[in-house]
Amino acid sequence: MFSLESGSGFWNPVLWVLVVFVLFLLFYGIRGFGRSTYKKGTEQTKVFLSGNKETSAEEMHVKASNLYWGFTTSMKSLYSVLRKMHTGNTSDYILWFVLVLAVLFLIMGVM
Amino acid sequence: MTFLETLLQQSPVLIIATPLLSAFLMPLVSRIHAKVRDVFALVVLGVTSCFVGLLASDVLSHGPRIYIFGAQNLSFPLVRILFEVDSMGVFMAIITVMLASIAVVYSWSFLHQQDGLDKYYTLLLLVVTSALGMELTGDIFNFFVFLEISCIASCALIAFWVDEGEALEAAFKYIVVSSIGALFVLFAIGIFYAQYNALNIATLAHLLQFTFLDKIVLAILLVSLGMKAGLAPMHMWMPDSYGRAPPSIILIIMSATLASVYGILRVMFTLYGNVLTTSLRFSLPAHVIIGWILIALAIVSILIGVIMALVQTDLLRLIGYAGVAEIGYMFLAIGTSIVALGTSYATVALHGGLFHILNDALDIGLLFLVAGAIYYVTKKRSLDDISGLARSMKFTTVFFIIGALAVAGMPPLNGFTSKFLIYESVYQVNPILSIIALLGSILLLAIFIKVLYAAFLGPELPELKDVKEAPRSMLLAMGFLAVFAVVIGLFPNLVLDTLVKPAATALLDHAQYISMVVGGL
Repeated sequence: MFSLESGSGFWNPVLWVLVVFVLFLLFYGIRGFGRSTYKKGTEQTKVFLSGNKETSAEEMHVKASNLYWGFTTSMKSLYSVLRKMHTGNTSDYILWFVLVLAVLFLIMGVM
Repeated sequence: MTFLETLLQQSPVLIIATPLLSAFLMPLVSRIHAKVRDVFALVVLGVTSCFVGLLASDVLSHGPRIYIFGAQNLSFPLVRILFEVDSMGVFMAIITVMLASIAVVYSWSFLHQQDGLDKYYTLLLLVVTSALGMELTGDIFNFFVFLEISCIASCALIAFWVDEGEALEAAFKYIVVSSIGALFVLFAIGIFYAQYNALNIATLAHLLQFTFLDKIVLAILLVSLGMKAGLAPMHMWMPDSYGRAPPSIILIIMSATLASVYGILRVMFTLYGNVLTTSLRFSLPAHVIIGWILIALAIVSILIGVIMALVQTDLLRLIGYAGVAEIGYMFLAIGTSIVALGTSYATVALHGGLFHILNDALDIGLLFLVAGAIYYVTKKRSLDDISGLARSMKFTTVFFIIGALAVAGMPPLNGFTSKFLIYESVYQVNPILSIIALLGSILLLAIFIKVLYAAFLGPELPELKDVKEAPRSMLLAMGFLAVFAVVIGLFPNLVLDTLVKPAATALLDHAQYISMVVGGL
């Protein structure tokens, strides 16, 4: 009843939740063996930034447009093609419709 | 005949008539009191849901049901329209009424300070009518009529925030794209009528010869309805419209979009079901060629959807692009089931694709409502302008996390269950397709982690210090979707066995659909 069969495998979410819960308990137990000897509000709990002074949280927050900068920069050529494709002009939207329709007509015509 | 049996017999027409007539009654009801109007809209959808539930229970236990408008006998002049409701139709109708009811509850708070809500609810009920009509009709011209109603009413709703120029621009783009798509559908129907002198889907499916003109019609219907469904590279209207429409409306437009996906399924499996195995040039069966065309468009949709979503900073547009990727997953499954027609994994792929229609409605719908809640409390659209909202919007944050993980296909949520079926079945056709689908899911997770970090985590911005949690009705609407996402994720067989598998069987057993009409009606 709880198992989802795909023909080549199965997925049982209830079993998965139970396994994750047991693992959580296990890791929580292991964590209990650690020692909490650090002192709050001292240097021990401050962020280490290679010796640089920690700035305010507002200044350190990375904006959404800067996230995944490395990925978008390395894929610059792909993004420039995609941006050219997404012009925002309605006539271009229709052009894509006509293009796909033409390709399908061609395939149907040949076949 | 008991009252319940009479209701059941008339339920196909009542499902259409209730929201349609109530739509035109709405301006009058609005004059009584705003609260009466709000409750009336929900009651109408509640009554419609009851009729859908009644019809669904009958269709799922006794098979397809036919309702005849007009001439009862085959006497001339023969003026009549048939509604043919099978398990696939009721599956889609359930999704439509569920989305619409949740949208109305959400709208109570989201739009309570807006003017023109009588028109808003009128248009909303018209879109619901059109989507339900598309899903229940057995007549292809009638399908076009409902498609047109959907285009016009959706366009007006997208432009609801008429004082924003960009909303008008988005509505203009939507009406141009939708109208051209609908006109091509009409052109295709004209070709059918000229050839076979029939408009009934079952009759057409019975008569279809797969002539050159039929191939042309197939191409037109696939591309036109594909554009309405948001299939790349004809998807561009989708982020534009979803980015500017009120988020409560997006749920309704989504139901109309999903009705177009239903249209493609009906065309492929019922209308062309008899001729799909026909051998074409180079001894290639038609279903292999058509299936691979759909798979190619699906892969383009997944890749373009996730790659473009990754760089968006406008939250609604970002979710719009994620929606394009989700449409891609549906068509990947549909394409696979057509390529592998007759095999066991084709059925698994179709189960995955149909299940994903429901999961997409729930998960993407939930994310749109979360984005709407953020806009409601901050009046900001860009992720660059918001931060640290988890402190003041705890429930909304939890709902966002559930929606984001479900869209990314993370276990044990509902998105994973349908994607699991899709990955496994697509792998049988070509492992590379499965890898691309998995890559798309990983990127979707990365996209929504970006949103989580940018909007909910991080420092609290001074200008957002007074922000409060979204109002109760909005939380209730989001809560419904989140609970569905979790429950369906944990117990997928509840929905799969009762709704998805019968819907897939109805599509694959097109002979039953055809024989219901051709056998004597």
